[in-house]
Amino acid sequence: MDIAVRPARLALVGNPNSGKTALFNALTGAHQKVANYAGVTVERKEGLVRSASGRTLSVLDLPGTYSLRARSPDEAVTRDAVLGRLAGESPPDVVVCVADATNLRLVLRLVLELKAVGRPMVLALNMYDIAQRQGLRIDLDRLRGALGVPIVTTVATRKRGIADLLAEVETVALAGTVLPQGEGAWHEPDANEIRAAHRDAERIMRTCVRPPERPDTLTGKIDTLLLHPVAGLLILLGLLFVMFQAVFAWAAPAMDGIDAGFALFGGVVAGFMPDGLLESLIVDGMIAGVGSVIIFLPQIVILFAFIILLEDFGYMARAAFLMDRIMGGAGLHGRAFIPLLSSFACAIPGIMAARTIDSRQDRLTTIMVAPLMTCSARIPVYTLIIAAFIPNETVWGFASLQGLVMFGLYAAGIVSALTVSFVIRRVFWRGQVEPFMMELPAYKLPDAKSVLINLWLRAKIFLMRAGKIILPLMILVWLASTFPYPPAGATGQPIEYSLAGMIGRALEPIFAPIGFNWQMVIALVPGMAAREVAVAALGTVYAVSDAETAMSGLAAVLSAQWSLATGLAFLAWYVFAPQCVPTLAVVKRETNSWKWMTIMIVYMFGLAYLGAFVTYRVALALGGGNVGG
Amino acid sequence: MSNVIQLSEARVGDRGVITHVGGGRMGEHDSELERRLLELGFVEGAQVHLIHQGIVRRDPIALRVDDMTVALRRREAANLTIQLNGPFAEAAE
Repeated sequence: MDIAVRPARLALVGNPNSGKTALFNALTGAHQKVANYAGVTVERKEGLVRSASGRTLSVLDLPGTYSLRARSPDEAVTRDAVLGRLAGESPPDVVVCVADATNLRLVLRLVLELKAVGRPMVLALNMYDIAQRQGLRIDLDRLRGALGVPIVTTVATRKRGIADLLAEVETVALAGTVLPQGEGAWHEPDANEIRAAHRDAERIMRTCVRPPERPDTLTGKIDTLLLHPVAGLLILLGLLFVMFQAVFAWAAPAMDGIDAGFALFGGVVAGFMPDGLLESLIVDGMIAGVGSVIIFLPQIVILFAFIILLEDFGYMARAAFLMDRIMGGAGLHGRAFIPLLSSFACAIPGIMAARTIDSRQDRLTTIMVAPLMTCSARIPVYTLIIAAFIPNETVWGFASLQGLVMFGLYAAGIVSALTVSFVIRRVFWRGQVEPFMMELPAYKLPDAKSVLINLWLRAKIFLMRAGKIILPLMILVWLASTFPYPPAGATGQPIEYSLAGMIGRALEPIFAPIGFNWQMVIALVPGMAAREVAVAALGTVYAVSDAETAMSGLAAVLSAQWSLATGLAFLAWYVFAPQCVPTLAVVKRETNSWKWMTIMIVYMFGLAYLGAFVTYRVALALGGGNVGG
Repeated sequence: MSNVIQLSEARVGDRGVITHVGGGRMGEHDSELERRLLELGFVEGAQVHLIHQGIVRRDPIALRVDDMTVALRRREAANLTIQLNGPFAEAAE
């Protein structure tokens, strides 16, 4: 094939923290396409770039790795892509190995391993400005000779060396038109082969690289504080506190805006359309439904802004280090920290972030407990029930009782997640301990543009999911709550006669022991689409129009119709119940198995029922059974 | 006095040279763990310096390995044998 007629493909390979993604962003700008590799759930990032000679090249950003000997699903993709084994993916024309110029030791071994594959290759020495500032001398000509590959120096954050890199890639691609087919001479190296490669790399280091005159001492100094067993943990807690404040306080105005926007839009559309079924489908089903998910965009953007900034700064590996043993007591891996943290905004990005965990067992444990963390979709439900049943008074002189209950619900989520993972570890995977080992990269100032591009990508993925998964689900839920129509002369709310109503009525006996009435059970059915939908559904069942905005009206109705015990049982139910089909769909996709999704549904509903039952019975025994009291 | 220890026994501030990778109480995943350690730069001859440790059971540990920083648990560190630098070791090098 001639690269004159189709875009040449280049694939970026490199160690984690080599600035590979920054280089990818510098090459492609915001023109990136994110999808999944066929059959696996590893994110596939591709972009296009035009070289100085006018050719278009496609760039593939492969997951970072130290070796082609893959351990995690991410690394397996890198290996298979480089070897040309990936189904539905043509092998790259040129492999660009991205190296942190200040940290060459390990990547030189990777370069030697990549060379064995036999594909045309270019080595990009990234962060070259930092190397120069440190007084690190790299004899480029000698390194070229020793490695036998062309070398380009780049500074991805300043877009330096990009044109050189592209020119070199083109030269190599044109020269290498006769590709060595197949996998070249690569095979999985054994320990002694790795040692031998290390010795070669070490020899090359000694002859071509003079150690820095002014090595980076700042990272060590910052670590003295940030990795301190006590101060480091306190700083981590402080950071988490700021993050939560930001996610909940800063996002509020934007969320109100989105809410009002969708309400306005729905109103306008409703005004233009004739009353009837189509109007109901579009306004109540689609616009309100999608709006109820998109409202979480500000929280997700803020959360990801923190995560991306901390990641780029080099802090996330430190957070995993600080938390490893603390979470290890509950059978969780240090790397599970970030996925579980993300799950406070929404379990979906949290479950997806679990991809970075090498071991399948640790990853599965993390995925299974992520939905127990209190996601922001629970907040409307908690707020409603708390407003209805918890008096707005001050206890101990300073704390608001309502706030305390909210805090208790968060704590219940965390404690149950830790307990469940402890049980999974003890019962299913007894004795198997996955090693915790990771590089703690040198601290770097995040690059604003790269951060923005990554943030935009996250937002885009979230919005696309809202369109592709949530929209059809919302239509389904609308269908179930609309059809069949109430019979002529019916007195109740239309939803009572619909499929959702029938399901609710049929399930009512099951829920009676935990104190739920039939109205609540009906609300749980559409509430499967997303947790906060239950609020709107309760509004529908109790005929409180516009429940989301008239929250106080609904709260008044509920406090008159439910006993305190029922209200508390409903809260307990929501701590555990997997009332979120999108999460379940993501679990199915990420674990690639119906089995794990089913286990999640069963265990979470089981816990929800148990939690609500105990809460209801205890509250009854303590005298919380009076309706309207 | 022996100054050859498993890295898992090292204390904050200890410096030394890796003399052996492997052995320890490795189970059936021996060669896998050995290869992963090697790939992260824990190779015979590498200089190590224990710089930080966690709050629970002094675990995990953060090490300077040649010119990079790596974190691992003491459990994995048990598979690395190091020769501690004696008071005059640096002068002798």
